[in-house]
Amino acid sequence: MTTETGARATGRMGTYDDLRPLMSRMTGDEKHGPAATSTLDVLWVLYDRVLRVSADRPDDPERDRFLLSKGHGPMAYYAVLTAKGFIPPEWLAGFGTYDSPLGHHPDRTLVPGVEIGSGSLGHGLPLAVGTALGVRAQGLDRTKVWVLVGDAELDEGSNHEAVQYAAAVGLEQLNVVVVDNASATYPPPGGLASRFAAEGWSAVTVDGRDHAALHEAFTAPHPGSPHAVVARVEAQN
Amino acid sequence: MDTMRERFSTVTTELLDDDPRLALVLAVISGDLFKEAARAHPDRVIDVGIREQLLVSVGGGLALTGLRPIVHTFASFLVERPFEQVKLDLGHQGVGAVLVSAGASYDVAAGGRTHQSPGDVALLDTLDGWTVHVPGHPDEAEALLRHAAADGDSRVYVRLGLQTNAAPLPVSPGRFPVVREGRAGVVLAVGPLLDAVLAATEGRDVTVLYASTVRPFDAAGVRAVVADSRQADLVLVEPCLAGTSAAQADEALADVPHRVLALGTRREELRRYGSWQEHVAAHGLDAAGLRGRIDAFLRV
Repeated sequence: MTTETGARATGRMGTYDDLRPLMSRMTGDEKHGPAATSTLDVLWVLYDRVLRVSADRPDDPERDRFLLSKGHGPMAYYAVLTAKGFIPPEWLAGFGTYDSPLGHHPDRTLVPGVEIGSGSLGHGLPLAVGTALGVRAQGLDRTKVWVLVGDAELDEGSNHEAVQYAAAVGLEQLNVVVVDNASATYPPPGGLASRFAAEGWSAVTVDGRDHAALHEAFTAPHPGSPHAVVARVEAQN
Repeated sequence: MDTMRERFSTVTTELLDDDPRLALVLAVISGDLFKEAARAHPDRVIDVGIREQLLVSVGGGLALTGLRPIVHTFASFLVERPFEQVKLDLGHQGVGAVLVSAGASYDVAAGGRTHQSPGDVALLDTLDGWTVHVPGHPDEAEALLRHAAADGDSRVYVRLGLQTNAAPLPVSPGRFPVVREGRAGVVLAVGPLLDAVLAATEGRDVTVLYASTVRPFDAAGVRAVVADSRQADLVLVEPCLAGTSAAQADEALADVPHRVLALGTRREELRRYGSWQEHVAAHGLDAAGLRGRIDAFLRV
């Protein structure tokens, strides 16, 4: 049986301090630019303190779902999955090579714990809507669906179909975290949170490096609405 | 007789009652046919509004949770508009769905090109692992829909249209049954074009095969009947883009010198309105249009 704490990804396999050395196994470089690590803190707080997922039972139907829509630059994702025991550390050195399951964009059929194959932008959020509808239809009321998107990725129109629809039907199990590194070509006036709020979402903007603030934003109640967390990080150069 | 689309609604409504694993995803189109089903199963009958990218992606997401989604709209908006969603959110994720289209090549003839999709099957052919059903009668549509719903986690496309044959045949996914036997060549009739093919080849010494399921392509069946003909000549008669199954036919006959004539809708846009019957004739897919071309090719 799963319990509130037991089903969470526990920290026993690794700590936050392990992540950068794990990432360096993929790149051979200890110094990562902001783009490569923009998702690192968001992913860590989710996997360490929020998601009810376990490497022991990666296919548990009651698990929370985390969909990495922004499949570009997945080193931080692979590092977190390694720290949490989903993938063996030995895989990291082969990153992107022919024989490695770890590609420059993740493939769900190759990597345990990866819920979707991603890379083409604008697919994760619509897939997450379907996933949330699917768990709801099966009465899995405790299961939450999380999807990570980039601010520039939100330019894709497919996301707007999903954002509008999810709010209209009160898809409370759906949660979006936007890693906002100011990379959109035409950023929306008023910021991204206001766009979600205008469609009827619960929405909040936080410092994407502040673990306490992220945790508070991720766990804020949002009855009857989907929830968006805009996590701002250093601008991409 | 009801239409294939009407039969789709009655059968799917019944299947949703019987199988808790099934879900139906709509984008407004045909919503009026599923009011009762939506009332009975509000969590499993999902209308996303006029959002066809979301339509297909929601199907993918539902499948990721273990449900079997039936996803429906006009062919243009189901296969062509959200093609990347079909490719990535179903195929690349390794999940299945039943895509059910209406409209076919020219059901909405008076609506013009925007509502016509003669290239749907050819486009799906660029992807891996799709089963494609092209029923020729509402009874066949019902049987194939039931088959598709129960067909594991496979990816299935069911192409529904207004044109039908007078009588149904038993459906046989994976096999092209012989409808008429002859020696001067083989004609493969796909779905609703069987009656026209039978009329066009009346009195001719040809074998007629029938396909209500075109993928998988019954290569062994085609090889066997072609081997029994005097010449390795095969005519494809498809209610969609001419040549849709030409590659499969050539592959089936790769080890024998052969000829293939691929008949179907022409590639050039037909800028005419009117009725679907007029479009069938304009593409040369009525009995008279077929007879001349089949006779000339098979020299009968």
